[in-house]
Amino acid sequence: MSTTVLTVDDSRAMRDMLRHSLVAAGFRVLQAEDGVHGLEVLETETPDVIVTDINMPRMDGFGFIEAVRKDETRRAMPVLVLTTEVDVEKKNRARAAGATGWIVKPFDPVKLIDAIRRVAA
Amino acid sequence: MEDPMAAIRETFFQECEEQLAALETGLIAMENGTADSETVNAVFRAVHSMKGGAGIFSLDALVRFAHVFETALDKVRSGSLAATPQVVGVFLRAADVLEDVVNAAREGGTVDEARTAALVEEFSHINDTPAAPAPTPAPAPEAAPTGGLFEDAVPPSQHWEIVFTPKPELYAKANETALLLRELRRLGPVTVTLDAGRLPELNELDPEGAYLTWNIALDSECDEEAIRHVFEFVEDDCELTITPPQSVGFAPGTVITGDNGFKFEFFPPPEMEPEEEEAPACAVATVAPAPVPAPHEPPAPPAPVKHPAVEVMAAKAESAVAVTATIRVDLDRVDRMIDLVGELVINEAMLSQRVMEAGIARASGVAMALEELEHLTREIQDSVMAIRAQPVRSVFQRMPRLVREVAAQTGKQVRLVTEGEGTEVDKTVIERIADPLTHMIRNAIDHGLESPETRVANGKPAEGTVKLLALHRSGRIVLEVSDDGAGINRARVRQKAIENGVISPDAQLTDDEIDNLIFLPGFSTAAKVSDISGRGVGMDVVRQSVAALGGRISIASRPGQGSTFTLSLPLTLAVLDGMVVSAHGHTLIIPLGAIVETLKPRASDVFPLDDHISVLALRGGYVPIVDVAISLGYCEEFIDPEQSVALLVEGEGGVRAVLMVDAIHGQRQVVIKSLEANYRAVPGIAAATVMGDGRVALILDVDAVVRNARSEAGRGEVPALEAN
Repeated sequence: MSTTVLTVDDSRAMRDMLRHSLVAAGFRVLQAEDGVHGLEVLETETPDVIVTDINMPRMDGFGFIEAVRKDETRRAMPVLVLTTEVDVEKKNRARAAGATGWIVKPFDPVKLIDAIRRVAA
Repeated sequence: MEDPMAAIRETFFQECEEQLAALETGLIAMENGTADSETVNAVFRAVHSMKGGAGIFSLDALVRFAHVFETALDKVRSGSLAATPQVVGVFLRAADVLEDVVNAAREGGTVDEARTAALVEEFSHINDTPAAPAPTPAPAPEAAPTGGLFEDAVPPSQHWEIVFTPKPELYAKANETALLLRELRRLGPVTVTLDAGRLPELNELDPEGAYLTWNIALDSECDEEAIRHVFEFVEDDCELTITPPQSVGFAPGTVITGDNGFKFEFFPPPEMEPEEEEAPACAVATVAPAPVPAPHEPPAPPAPVKHPAVEVMAAKAESAVAVTATIRVDLDRVDRMIDLVGELVINEAMLSQRVMEAGIARASGVAMALEELEHLTREIQDSVMAIRAQPVRSVFQRMPRLVREVAAQTGKQVRLVTEGEGTEVDKTVIERIADPLTHMIRNAIDHGLESPETRVANGKPAEGTVKLLALHRSGRIVLEVSDDGAGINRARVRQKAIENGVISPDAQLTDDEIDNLIFLPGFSTAAKVSDISGRGVGMDVVRQSVAALGGRISIASRPGQGSTFTLSLPLTLAVLDGMVVSAHGHTLIIPLGAIVETLKPRASDVFPLDDHISVLALRGGYVPIVDVAISLGYCEEFIDPEQSVALLVEGEGGVRAVLMVDAIHGQRQVVIKSLEANYRAVPGIAAATVMGDGRVALILDVDAVVRNARSEAGRGEVPALEAN
C-alpha cells in the first residue's frame, strides 16, 4: 500500500500541482479544499500524512490542525504545513496547533516529498 | 498528451481571474464601509493565493508585487493599519496593477513599470517602511544556522555526537524519534545509546510524557546544517546538542551494551518499526547506515516510474475525493449538447404531429406518453440552456476599474452603483455585452456627468453617480446605464443633426426623437473628440453591435437630471420564442420579443399613400404597413386587410411598423439554425428553424423589414418618428 497523502489547499492550481508532484513520486493523493472539507475527508479516509495550507476560507490551517489533534485516533497523524507564510509568529501558531512540520511556498516538490517521507511512518 | 504543467498553469491563471474579481468585490465593500473581518480576510487570501501560485511558476514580478500588496493587507487584517479611504484607494489601484501584472505574466507581455513602481512606493509609505526595494518573495524558512565554522572545514567522515531529548510536545505533534533516527541514518552510520535513566515506575508513568534521551554517534561527511535539517521540525520541542567532529568514532556495526545489561542491535533494515522506540526497556542500539546517497540529494522515487503499479496509483489519485461541487466543461461539449437537444425538440415535435395526424385520441396512452415526453424535452432544453447561463457579474466587475480610469482621465468624481449582478444570461451574450457596456459607461462619465465645479454650481453633489443595472424583463435581459448628469443637450444634438444633414432644418421632432439621434452613424456632439469616448466610434457602433445580438438600445434623458441608456437583449442566441405565422402559404417565425400587439385591422383604417405604401391608423397615429409576403417576394398583390392579421412590431430604437400576414398559428420556442452557416445570408431573414412537420421555417428579421419599409416610404431619414 502506497503512502496516502491528504492535501488541503483552497487553490485549485496548488492542489493540481501537489497531486501532479506527489502522484509522480508514487503517493496516493486525497484532496480537500479547506479545513472543513479536510475533516470530512478524514471521516472516511486515514491518510499517512496531511499537507495543509494555512490561509483558507471556512476553516484555516490552524483550526484544521487543532481539530485533527483533538481526535484521539489522529494524534499521531503527521501534519505538514505548506504555506507562503514566512512569519515566525504564524509558524509558532501552526506549531502550537500541533503541526508536525512546515514547508514554505513556493515549494520545491523535491523538498516536499522529502519532508513527507521524513514524517511518514 | 497534454503537458500537465501547462494545464496547471492555465488553472492558476483562471484562479487568478477569480481572485482578482474577489479582490475587487472585497475592496469595494471596504471602500463603502460594508466590509467585515471576513471580507478583509478574503481580500488578503486573494492576493496571498495569487502570490503562492505565482511562486510555483517563478512569476517573479507577480510574486514581488503581490508580496508588497499582501504585506499592507495583512496590516489591515491584523488591525495595525486602518483602512482609510486613502489606503483603500491605493489598494484599488494596486488591484488594477495586479491585474495587469497577471495578464502580462499570462501572455508574456510587459507591464507599465513606472506605474508598478509608483504603487510599490505608495505601499512603502503605507507599510511604513523606508522605500526599500521590494522584499524578496519567500526567504528560506528558518535558514538554520549554517555553522559557518565547519561549512568548508569538515573533512570526510567525521564523528558527530548528538544528544537528543524529546519533550512531550514533540510527540503531540506526531513527530517520532524513530523517524528522526531513520533520517540520520541517511547521513551515515549511526550508533544510538538510549538513556532511560529518567524513566519512572510504571504506576507513575504518564503515557503522554517523554522520559528518554538518545545519545547518537554519527559518522558522516555532512555539515551541521544537514543534521539540523533532520531536526528542523522538532528543534523547539526537544533538547538538542550537536557536538562537532573531534575524532574518529565507532566503527559501524558496533553493538553497545547498556547499564542494565540489556542489549540489542538494529540490523541494516529496510524499514524500522516506529514502535520500537517506545519500548521502555530498550537500552542500546547500533544502527547500520541505510543505503542512501549524499545527504542533500532528493530520495529516489520508491518505484520505477514505468512500473504498472504506478499507473494504478495515478488512476487512484484521479479518483481522489471530489474537490468542488462544480466542474469545468469544455464549451464545445455544451454546445454539442445544445445542438442535440435542439434536434430532440424538433424530433419530438415531428412525432407529436405524426401522432395527431394518425388520429390517435388525446386520451390514449400514446398521446399521454407523448405529452410527458414533450414536457421532459422542454425541461431538458431549459436545463441545458441553463448550463450556458452565467451571471453578468463577470462583466460588471470590470466596470469599477473602468470608472476609476475614466474618472481620473476626465477629472470627474464618479461613484459607480451596480445592481443585479446575479442576473443570468447566456455566455455568448455576456461575452458580447462587455464592449457596448464599456462604451456606454465611458459615454455616461465623459458626456453625461458634469465637472465637479459645474455640479456644485448647479446644486448637485460634486460626485456624480453612474448606475449599472441588470434585470430580466419578459424573457430578455435589460441592462441600464444611467447617470445623474446634465442630460442630453437637445439643442446641440438637433443643431448637429441639421449640420450633418441627418434631419431637415424644419423637421418636427419630439424630445425622445432628438435624444435617439445620437444612435445615428457618425454622430458625435462632443465639442472636441476626447480620448475617452471619441475614438471615432459613436453610439451607432454600440447600436449595431447590440442589434447584431438581436438586442435593442434606447435612451431617455431629462435635462439637468441625467440620462438612462437601456439595452435589451435576448437571454440566449440558441433558441427563440416566436410567433408562428403564415404569409402567402409560407410558414414564418416572428420573434416574440419584437411583437407589441396583434390586431384585426379594419379596411377603413388603412390609408394607401401610393401604390406601394399604406399606413394604418392606430390610436390617433399612423404606422406604416409592411405586407410580409410582398416584402419577401412571395407575391406582388397586396393582402386584403380584412382577411389578414396585423402585428404591431417594434424594431431597434423603438421604430414601429405593422406586419400583415395571413394568419397566426401559435407561439412556440424554436431552435435557431443559422442561414449563413447552412446556406447564405438572406435580406429580411434573420435565421431559420425546423418545424415539427420537418419543414424549414424562416425567422423574420424584423429590424431589417421595418427599416426597409420605412426607407421605401421615403421617410427613413428620421428614425423613431412614430409616436403612437
